[in-house]
Amino acid sequence: MIEGFDIGKFCDAVLEAARLAGAEYADVRIVHRESESVDLRIGKVESLCQSSTIGFGVRVIAAGAWGFAASPKLTVEEGKSIAQEAVRIARASASAKRRNVRLAPVEPAEGSFSNDWEIDPFEVPLEEKIDLLRDADRLMRQAEKVKVTDCNMDFWKTYQVLASTDGSYIEQTKIESGAGIAATAIDGNEVQKRSYPALGGDFAAAGYEFVESLKVIEHAEEIARQAVQLLDAPPCPSGEFTLVLEGSMLALQVHESCGHPIELDRVLGMESSFAGTSFLTTDKLGSFRYGSEIVNITADATIPGALGSFFYDDEGVPAQCVEIVKNGVFSGYLSSRETAAELGISSGGAMRADGWDRIPLIRMTNINLLPGDWNLDELIADTIDGIYAATVKCWSIDDKRLNFQFGTEVAWEIKDGALGRMFRNLTYNDMTPRFWNSCDAICGEDEWHVWGVPNCGKGEPMQIAHVGHGVAPARFRGVRMEAAK
Amino acid sequence: MNSHWMGEDRIRAMLETALAVSPADQTEVGFSVGSWALTRFANSYIHQNMAGYKVNARVRVVFGKKVATTYASVGSDDDLKSLVHRAVEMAKHQDDNPDFVSLPEPSDIQSAPQLPKSYSDATAACSAQQRAHLVRAVISESDRLSTSAAGSLATWAFEHAVANSLGIRSYYRTTAARLITVATGPDGGFGYASATSIDIEGIDASAVGREASETALASSNPIEIEPDEYECVLSPYATAAIIEHFVHMGFWARAFQEGRSFICGRMGEGIVAQNISIWDDALDPQTLVTPYDAEGVSKQRVNMVDNGVAKGLLYDSYAAHREGRKSTGHSGSINPIMNPGDATLNDMIASTERGLLVTRFHYTNVAHLMSASITGMTRDGTFLIEDGKITRPVKNMRFTQSLIEALSNVEMIGRELKLVDSTLAPAIKVRKWRFVSSTEF
Repeated sequence: MIEGFDIGKFCDAVLEAARLAGAEYADVRIVHRESESVDLRIGKVESLCQSSTIGFGVRVIAAGAWGFAASPKLTVEEGKSIAQEAVRIARASASAKRRNVRLAPVEPAEGSFSNDWEIDPFEVPLEEKIDLLRDADRLMRQAEKVKVTDCNMDFWKTYQVLASTDGSYIEQTKIESGAGIAATAIDGNEVQKRSYPALGGDFAAAGYEFVESLKVIEHAEEIARQAVQLLDAPPCPSGEFTLVLEGSMLALQVHESCGHPIELDRVLGMESSFAGTSFLTTDKLGSFRYGSEIVNITADATIPGALGSFFYDDEGVPAQCVEIVKNGVFSGYLSSRETAAELGISSGGAMRADGWDRIPLIRMTNINLLPGDWNLDELIADTIDGIYAATVKCWSIDDKRLNFQFGTEVAWEIKDGALGRMFRNLTYNDMTPRFWNSCDAICGEDEWHVWGVPNCGKGEPMQIAHVGHGVAPARFRGVRMEAAK
Repeated sequence: MNSHWMGEDRIRAMLETALAVSPADQTEVGFSVGSWALTRFANSYIHQNMAGYKVNARVRVVFGKKVATTYASVGSDDDLKSLVHRAVEMAKHQDDNPDFVSLPEPSDIQSAPQLPKSYSDATAACSAQQRAHLVRAVISESDRLSTSAAGSLATWAFEHAVANSLGIRSYYRTTAARLITVATGPDGGFGYASATSIDIEGIDASAVGREASETALASSNPIEIEPDEYECVLSPYATAAIIEHFVHMGFWARAFQEGRSFICGRMGEGIVAQNISIWDDALDPQTLVTPYDAEGVSKQRVNMVDNGVAKGLLYDSYAAHREGRKSTGHSGSINPIMNPGDATLNDMIASTERGLLVTRFHYTNVAHLMSASITGMTRDGTFLIEDGKITRPVKNMRFTQSLIEALSNVEMIGRELKLVDSTLAPAIKVRKWRFVSSTEF
């Protein structure tokens, strides 16, 4: 990280300074993150960016309240000063507290951890990355009405150390990679876009081999053709229909209508002034029928290679798999040490910060709709009259996560068990529990995939988290739809 | 004073050193440094409280038509030089971009000699204790009115500088303070208020707390009404949200050039009602004043909609050079402003036979780009107006609405502008607004 810099000594000095200043608890996180992004637009390398950020943040409890301060200057002197600043801030917080902060206990942990990758993306020559995207771009632009193309690759390498006065000292290294392509067809006043493999791409805690596995070149012509077809496709019909959702669209559905409302800080009102609260209040835990009996949802931070996986969260709590919905019944939350203490449970280990200068918040890990026993062909064949919709286009949901409206890039009619006409501009609108209770079929493990979402926003200042959603296509009955216009 | 100010001379010297080591045909170095702080409260106590110091450096190098950019959180001469070397190395692997012409040159339209002040020493010096004091003022109002308060008080104090090898030299300081509050009433009511200012001394925390709490109490026990088209009075918070969407969907030159703007083919035509004008002016003293953009170009006022007619677009240097024109200083942030009218909020309510008063929108998103249609929810205080009076709070509803259509149907405009984030907007009364579904609260 920094040659000759003794991280252990630095952490000890920071924690000791916090203690001496009056902290009852303190942790320090040092984060070094490198990133690289390559963006091609309409055949040209639009942006080629490398970024590097390093610094540390100190979080304390003093006088029974929280304080946090951060700095990019990695020196022992600065570390002590920032620890003292965090304690001063905590004392200011204490001037408007109702009670002392309590934390659920956690066993101190020590160790060094890293995810697996085959090819370090930062070692792959830029020419190779650009060539791959350029080939996909060229194929998309062969379609006459495709006027705009976007191709992107993004890579992150994060090294982090967490040390706390509880006795934890945890080193974690993570490499993340992903890519995506999109074709936008324009004809007069009509604009239609198709993306592969998902809007903005797909991402994983893996190396460059993941980008290669996406096979964007092989899918370029198909999505360009579909974008052009959409220009002349009829708008989706209005009314209530059976809806079959493709994986990346279902991933967003899980993200918005399950992932966010199970964040226990939201439930307890801590995000109420910004993103909102949640309809999944604590009185519903263990009894509320969230979905139909086939709906089983987990928050699993232990899936190898998934974007929302890690070894320890930013409070030193080990990664785990938490049952969220069991046979349709709401059964668990994403939690932190503080929010878990409120419920008298142990932390589910979901606290993560977006870099060194942000406090950890409860963030999604991998929120997964567990596989069922159908396959997509059977599911379509079993549907007499419905719509198959794919790829996120538009999303909006109320501040308790009940009323949502999502739009998809493309949809197809399902008639008598077969896919038929293509529709454009589909939007569907429902209430979260009604929607999940209408789920009557979920595809199986063969079609189950953990989609990586690298842009989940939450908190103030806004923090961006990398999360995952394991899903397979699923069917929902009686969903209200109309065409956006 | 902010202990993290580095000072103009020091920053300029760093940028010159970095430019001097670059072998590129053209080089641009952007640098910002400063401090931020944020106190968040919920359930009427402070639950998150943080402060940080941040340095951001950006280097863009150009070899012919090859362009590469590097970023880092670095703050020394050596760090910046190393960033330049990294950018140069990246550019070697870059492809030609035939549309790239040049980095911006020093503008022949200079900023006004007397720029409005873009920073406040009081904001820069604001301590955690002072933030807590203001938050206690919000909570005190909330306690007095028996609501629960949540929100945040954020401050920023940054220096920004850009230098390029063609002679661009910009430096300025900015500060901002923003207080937002959502109050929850005992009977299911919610209320919102916010205040944004360069100067933290311009923020009346008690007034923000009182406005949010009074709205929360007024919106207790909301009734459900049928989603339909309603006349709507939008508060400045709601108007600001739609103006921001309207600008982003229509007025970026780059999107216009690519055919992805609803203005395409309609420039110079009337697109909304004649009583609507929308412009961008980062030098208006009522907004968060920003003298230069991210390329160091002086911010120009752009009249986007003038009495209903689409008139102008927002250009950075890349989009501008594609048309052989100059950048308007819109690489990065915007400061949209909608014209005020002559009505008061009470006038608008009094003139409404049956309609809704909307405090705020939530989670708005584009539903259909070319019709400038967005979807979203109402939030934190929605009220039924009957026979010119507010009669009942109503449960929140989802809307899907073309903004072209909405802004073509604006009957009344408020006489006061409110700064909401970086948008200055009035209250407006819209003849019809399309609600499509409702929620449970």
